[in-house]
Amino acid sequence: MGSPTESAVRIVQLFPDLLGTYGDGGNATVLAKRLEWRDLAHELITLESGSPIPTDGDLYLLGGGEDGPQVEAARELAQSRALHRAVERGAVVFAVCAGMQILGHQFPDARGEPKPGLALLDIQTVRLNRPRAVGELLVHPDPCWGLPELTGFENHGGRTRLGPAARALGRVEVGEGNGWGDEGAVSGRVVGTYLHGPALARNPALADLLLSWIVGALTPLDDREVEALREERIRAARQRQLQPRRSWKDLIRRA
Amino acid sequence: MSLLIDHHLLSELTAELGREVALVSATNGKTTTTRLLSAGLAVDRPVVSNTLGANMPPGHVAALGGARPGDTAVLEVDERWLGIVLRETRASTVVLLNLSRDQLDRSFEVRKIAERWREALRTSPPRQVVANADDPIVAWAALPDGVDTASTPVGSAPSWRTIWVGTGDTWRADATGCPACGGRLDFDRGPWHCLGCDLARPQPDLWLEQDTVVYRDGRRIDLQLRLPGRVNRVNAAMALAAAEAMGVPPERASAAMRDVSEVAGRYRTATIAGCQARLLLAKNPAGWREALNMLAPPPQPVVIAINARVADGHDPSWLWDVPFEQLRGRPVVATGERRHDLAVRLRYAEVEHVVAADIIEAVQVAGSPTVDVAANYTAFQEYLEVAR
Repeated sequence: MGSPTESAVRIVQLFPDLLGTYGDGGNATVLAKRLEWRDLAHELITLESGSPIPTDGDLYLLGGGEDGPQVEAARELAQSRALHRAVERGAVVFAVCAGMQILGHQFPDARGEPKPGLALLDIQTVRLNRPRAVGELLVHPDPCWGLPELTGFENHGGRTRLGPAARALGRVEVGEGNGWGDEGAVSGRVVGTYLHGPALARNPALADLLLSWIVGALTPLDDREVEALREERIRAARQRQLQPRRSWKDLIRRA
Repeated sequence: MSLLIDHHLLSELTAELGREVALVSATNGKTTTTRLLSAGLAVDRPVVSNTLGANMPPGHVAALGGARPGDTAVLEVDERWLGIVLRETRASTVVLLNLSRDQLDRSFEVRKIAERWREALRTSPPRQVVANADDPIVAWAALPDGVDTASTPVGSAPSWRTIWVGTGDTWRADATGCPACGGRLDFDRGPWHCLGCDLARPQPDLWLEQDTVVYRDGRRIDLQLRLPGRVNRVNAAMALAAAEAMGVPPERASAAMRDVSEVAGRYRTATIAGCQARLLLAKNPAGWREALNMLAPPPQPVVIAINARVADGHDPSWLWDVPFEQLRGRPVVATGERRHDLAVRLRYAEVEHVVAADIIEAVQVAGSPTVDVAANYTAFQEYLEVAR
């Protein structure tokens, strides 16, 4: 762990049955292919809820999901403590949206009642009397990560506050992110974000940052096709294109 | 304000006339099933339907405006509007096909829609519900009060009759969490069932075996549809069950369904830029999985078009839930307003592809006299206008 190694990188995709609503399974595909294209061996392990979770993975993935299944995922992970042991060993965790929320100290369930999280990220998620955050999200990363702009799509009801042991991924230029101007949370090698898209498809540099924590420096790949997508999405976000019309959404919700 | 007027008009045009009404709702297949049910019922009665897919109350009012009071109405209903439309129309029959992720940035979560369906049936119970026994979220919504699939509890008589259709659907990605208790659903050992509560697959009253609908009492109906694909046989089985519940023998209904060859432009072969293009519509991962299975075999090229306008949902990240890997070994052209999202998805699927700015260029680049064009909603509507 933590240094370049000859052995295969073990990517563990957790509970796509519970946390797989927003295409975040694509993050596993992206990581696996970016290793494969560099002739780096990998093993992709996809585990549905109820399966025993290995503690010797290198990178664990959690996606977004609905309120009910989110509570179930948190319950199972709290019970097994496998993810806790993996993190103690230095494993990387990349968690999106509902997946990020359950890594914190607490998160709201379907009725808005606080539920205990896994406390692997120093964050706390609450439900505020604000409309759901839905739309393009554009983030200026904290320079410490050495990343270009982060682009994605957010879709969440909860808002997340960072504690002193968590650092944001960056500042929001367009969208809501955590809800107070920052976006995402990082504690050690545990990374959470509200970016769907999937996040690693739209932000290959972030994918490579996570992988470099495991295998060290990486050779560049031809990402021209992704660049075309990034330019288009960043431009669209800045022009406030494709921002859902709140009034119409609220109308549907009242109906 | 106009919505209130629509609701009142809808009631005036249906419940207040004593009109017989059937409602069809789902994430996928509601337009086709509405069309098939209308064809099946039309063998022995006049039928009015919102054939153009305008599936919210203004569309229903427009469709019913010219109907005679005695005409039976078959209405496709947007899944978010089922409660209101059921309340206003007092429909006798409700057909519930499936629920899966679709346009999540606007309709929120699948389970919330299922809860609304459940509430709608309890508030305005129809005489009968035709429901997909293989979609646990639909089954939970359609299960009558006082009826439990695993045990017979104390309680009142069922408030409506549910006719269960064994569709063989295998879309699981939205249904592994139990809609009743949040527990885990098991699909691997026997019929699906929840490990945490009593929810389990209801015993089907009829089911599909290849091209045949088999009834619990031993009757068999060969479908022989002109519409392609497994998914349309499912739609036909649901329509057949509803037609029978409304009094049309399935032999007669299925004969009429055989004559349906396209539905609002879907499956139509049209000429685009001198090329024979067959138009397929798919709007979400479950629909795309069915559409990929309908494609002509390789090496025939495929044009895939993705937009992300209001009606499509603004977030095309569902592209990553579609098994585009199946397209390896054939030429693919990516087009539509979100062609770059699609191109990145195809790159990671290791599918050879080119990107084209519009449908004309896409068909020309495909370079084949015949091509399948699979598009999501607004892209499809646009091509119906281009195609002749």
